[in-house]
Parts: sequence; structure tokens; C-alpha cells
Amino acid sequence: MEAKVATSSQETKQQREVILSVRGLKKYFPITSGIVIQRQVGAVKAVDSVDFDVYKGETLGLVGESGCGKSTTGRTVLQLYRPTAGSVMFEGQELTTLRGDDLRAIRRRMQIIFQDPFASLNPRMTVGNIVSEPLIIHNVMSKKDRRQFVEELLVKVGLNPFYINRYPHEFSGGQRQRIGIARALALNPSFIVADEPISALDVSIQAQVVNLLEDLQKELNLTYLFIAHDLSMVRHICDRVAVMYLGKIVELGPTNLVYDNPLHPYTQSLLSAVPVPDPSVEEKRQRIILGGDVPSPANPPKGCNFNTRCPVAMDYCYREPDPELVEMEPGHFVACHRVTV
Amino acid sequence: MGVLLEVNDLVTRFHTQEGIVYAVNGVSYTLNEGETLGIVGESGSGKSVHALSMLGLIPMPPGKIERGIVNFQGRDLLKLSKEEMRLVRGAEIAMIFQDPMTSLNPVLTVGTQLTEGLKLHLGMNQAQADRRATELLDMVGIPDARKRLANYPHQFSGGMRQRVMIAIGLSCNPKLLIADEPTTALDVTIQAQIIELVKKLRDELKMAMIWITHDLGVVAGISDSVQVMYAGRIVERGPIRAVFQNPRSAYTLGLLNSLPRVDAQGDGERLTQIEGSPPDMRIEPVGDSFAPRNPLYRTERCFTEIPPLRQVEDSVPGHMVAAWYDLPALRKKHEMEKA
Repeated sequence: MEAKVATSSQETKQQREVILSVRGLKKYFPITSGIVIQRQVGAVKAVDSVDFDVYKGETLGLVGESGCGKSTTGRTVLQLYRPTAGSVMFEGQELTTLRGDDLRAIRRRMQIIFQDPFASLNPRMTVGNIVSEPLIIHNVMSKKDRRQFVEELLVKVGLNPFYINRYPHEFSGGQRQRIGIARALALNPSFIVADEPISALDVSIQAQVVNLLEDLQKELNLTYLFIAHDLSMVRHICDRVAVMYLGKIVELGPTNLVYDNPLHPYTQSLLSAVPVPDPSVEEKRQRIILGGDVPSPANPPKGCNFNTRCPVAMDYCYREPDPELVEMEPGHFVACHRVTV
Repeated sequence: MGVLLEVNDLVTRFHTQEGIVYAVNGVSYTLNEGETLGIVGESGSGKSVHALSMLGLIPMPPGKIERGIVNFQGRDLLKLSKEEMRLVRGAEIAMIFQDPMTSLNPVLTVGTQLTEGLKLHLGMNQAQADRRATELLDMVGIPDARKRLANYPHQFSGGMRQRVMIAIGLSCNPKLLIADEPTTALDVTIQAQIIELVKKLRDELKMAMIWITHDLGVVAGISDSVQVMYAGRIVERGPIRAVFQNPRSAYTLGLLNSLPRVDAQGDGERLTQIEGSPPDMRIEPVGDSFAPRNPLYRTERCFTEIPPLRQVEDSVPGHMVAAWYDLPALRKKHEMEKA
């Protein structure tokens, strides 16, 4: 199974370089009970055995509804959370066993941009201090060079270098997100996890930030793991997309294949639910409305994870264990008994 | 169809320590009975504040309604006393908010919150109100409605809580439902559930609706007409198809162009972005507030004079725009120059 996921037929031919390889990644958060003596009474299976590869220079989208584990996946990949099980190979190094200085050294190569530009910048630090902090921590530059470097970075992300001594509250949401991007770029990383980088921004600002991310990707040959719930934006920015549901990837493939020919019933309903800004299209659209809510990841359903909401579930979907990802066409994987049986 | 609501030159300002915030700067429009109006705008565009002003829900001070008339079925809502307004709110005009987490009282059961309005506005006794509350929860698709009345808000999921809010909103058969970003905090599959539900209920109850959102896709699917707001003013208004297919305001056009589509393969090109950022609302607008971000179509006049909202000559009746420039003509000219 692992080998099948790792290499899809077409992609091996193209010999694309894998920058990040995630196998069997699990992150369980314990549920404890008791005040004096804490015992674990259960676990929230936020990420429950996830496999995927990210190729150098591409943007892989990670989409799903809140609570599906997409942000936890991003953070566990970066070792901001230590995984419960599984392996994360980044540029040929196994991250899950790294500790201390070795881990810190590799962190230069991978960075994160957060969702909320209001909460992710320290209000008591100037822009210059925020952006140069990674340089100080990793001790990569003399104090003299730092200022000029930070000014160049600010220009690169579309901010006036004159703002270097200002504080975050003096900036708009879009500008703050640019500061967060500058901070992420300071150590010249090769891989960036963008965790909902535009969802807190106004509509007219979102396109600016997305364009900036794309320009920077081309210029600096960056690889992105783009976590989002805005499926229209994901279609625009991502080369490939992985759809998550209840801690697992249910569909993975090149963006246009997944969007034009979604195989998993969850992906189908998700895409049909996205509103389109065109009244004549909206009028004719057939929605697949899912009933109910996402089950709790502390207590996932028996059988297929999706069977409580699935419009096409058969009795074996309740009986058989949760389906594994299977390649249905080159590079396009789906985990659904109805499709693969 | 008669006119249900007529808003005339509504101006709301906030007098804060950092100066005056010019939140709503002269909003005028009419809403017909049974009409669904989508109001689109970014944060700070005044879309929510104008609705809160109409219902007397602005904290005063610092807020102040400087002038305006809100004519609802022959009465000016702004002239009503607090007691009279309380009888309008909930009974004739209901409002549902973005965040069902904070707009429900966490220490009261859902049943208590649902029956409050029924007893106050419709004079029901507890038994009647309980029966009606069960019907309402049933109507908005909450299973096992009778038992759920005894539950507290935290025992419901986000989507279910928004259903409860809708049930409360509809409990007294309002003529007008104002929904302020009711699906923004919800996931897309839950949003689809809620929109289907509201559409169904709207048609059954034949009520008018104002749906405030920043999502042009949601508006396209739900409304009869759309109103685009920017910097406290209406920049474009009209029947939904006319506005989406032939926008006359550069801001509307910019928003529509900046959105990628889920139903179409992108061409791999950059998104068409709107430059700059929304205006500082602490500065009193003197011209077209969008002019600084509109290098392609603006004229000299845009900086000095506020454009009035006027009927677009070569479009359907009711398609109005506030702009000094002629957008289709300029777009044609630009295309010719490119070619």
C-alpha cells in the first residue's frame, strides 16, 4: 500500500523530486479525566494515518471542513506538534526522530504562514524586529547586514521599507499578512505551510495576497502546502489537492482532475456546495446537500468514516473497515468502497 | 407588490476618542414585499451598521444616527420610542446574526429563548409557546424537537445553532428577515444546508429578506436584487443578473474579476487584483471613495464630488450606479486600445 501511494505511475516517469514525504502520520490528542490523577480516557484522532508526497516547486492544497485535521496535519508535518505515529521525510531527513539543534537547523528550511494576521504578530514588536527575529534565533547574519536584508524583504512582499519601525496595529489585515510572509521568508526556506493565509482577509485583498504568494513561489522556487477551505481559491493556486475528512485523506490528485471529475461522494458534495458568483449558473446548479454534521473525531463511526453522511452508502460501507486510498487514474487517488470495489 | 421598506439618506457616525468614524454616509433604497435583497461589501463598508441603525441596535453613544428616514409600512422606525421599537423588532422585523455561538444566551435553554418572543409579541401562554416552539424547531429541521427544547446552546453544533437562530427569527412570522452574514462562520456543506432551508422558508412564509454578506457567490444564489456597498455608501444596486452580467461600478467589476471560479479551469494567469486597501473611515469622504483604488476608470471629478446613485440609462429599470464614469464605454475603449 505504501509503495502504491508513494509513486504514481505517471509521476515516476517524470522523475519529479519529492521534497516532503508523509507516511502513516497520526496525531492523537489525549482526552483525560480526573483532577489529581489524570488518566487518559480517550483520544481525539485529529490526524489518523495520512500519506502524501509534496513535489519540489508545487503547491499541494489541503482542503476540508473545520475539524477535519488539515491544520493539525500542517503543524505535525513541521513538528510543531510531535506526531503520535508515522514518518515525515523532508529533503531526505526523517523529522520525527530529530531533537534539539538538529531539529532547529532543519526548521530554517520550512516555515509557516498563519491564518490570523492579528494574532500571529507580537503587538509589542516592531515590524523590523518581527521579521529579523528568525535571523537572530538562527544566528545567520551580523547585526549590520540584518537591517538592509529586512528592508529588502519588506520590498519583496510589497511593503514600504520605511515602515520598518512601525508596530503591527498600524497596518491593515492584508499588510499584516505580508509581514507574516516576510517573516516566513527571512531564512530562505524551501517549503512553506500556508495555513489559511487568506481566509481572514477582505475579498478585495485576498487576490493581492494570493498573487504575491504565487510570484514569490516562482521567484524563489518555493514549495507550498496550502491549507484552505475556500475551494475556488484552491483550484486557482494549487497544482494538486488533497481532500480531508475526519482526519483522513479521502481524495488526492491533480487539481483539475479532482475538480472536474470528483470521485469521492464527499468531494462531490463539497464542490457542489461552493457558491458560484454567477446568477445564471446558480439557478441551474444541482446541489448534493449532505445531512447532519461531521462526527466527532474522538468517536469516529464504525466502518467508513463518511458513512453517517454519505448519500450513496451501501451496507458494506458500515461493515468493512475504513477504505484506503487507491489510484483510479494516473495520480488520482480515492478512498471509497463504492468507487474502488 | 407594494413597498415594504424605504430607507432615505441614512447617516450613522461613531464619535470615538480617535475622532468621528463615518460608518454610513447616506444610504437610500427601497425594498418590496417578498423581495430578497443581497447586500455585499467588505468589512467597514457599512453594510451591517446600516441594518443595525434601522433597528435601533447601535450603541449610543458612541454611535449616532445623524439623519435619515427608515419608513417601514408607513412608520419611521427612527422616530419610534424604545418601547415601540421593541415591539417591531422580533415581531415585524427579525434579525439573525453571523455567530450563532455568541448571539444565543449560553445560560438559557433553547426553549426559553424561543418562547420569549412568542410570549412577548404574540401573548401566548407557556403551553402554547412550547407547542409553537416545537413546531418551529421541527420546521428548521432539528430532529427530536420536543426534547431539544430543554437543551442549552452548547449542546448544539454550529449549523444546528444557526437553525435555532433562524427558528427564533421566524417565530413571530416577521414581514422582513435581516440576515447578517448568517453562514460566514459555517462550513461550506453546512452553509448549503442553511441556504436551502432559508430559501424554502422564505417562499413558504412569503417574507422579504435582506441578506448581508461578503460572498458574491451566496448572493448570486439567493437574491432577487443586489446592492454593493463601499465606504458607507451604495455604489451599485439592481436586479441580480443585470449587476453580475453587466456591472457599472468599477468596484463591482473589480470584485467579480478578482474571484477565481470553482466551476471553471483557471488559465494559470494571475488573479486580477484590486490595488490598495479599503479607506480609513475616520476621514469624511469628499468624492468617490473607491477612486484611489481605481486607476483604470476614475476621472478628476471622482476625487472632488460624491457621485449620486442614479438609474443606468441603457440597463433594466432599477439598475442604479454611483459613478462619474461610464464603465462599459471605458472598457470597450481599453479593449480597442489593447487590440
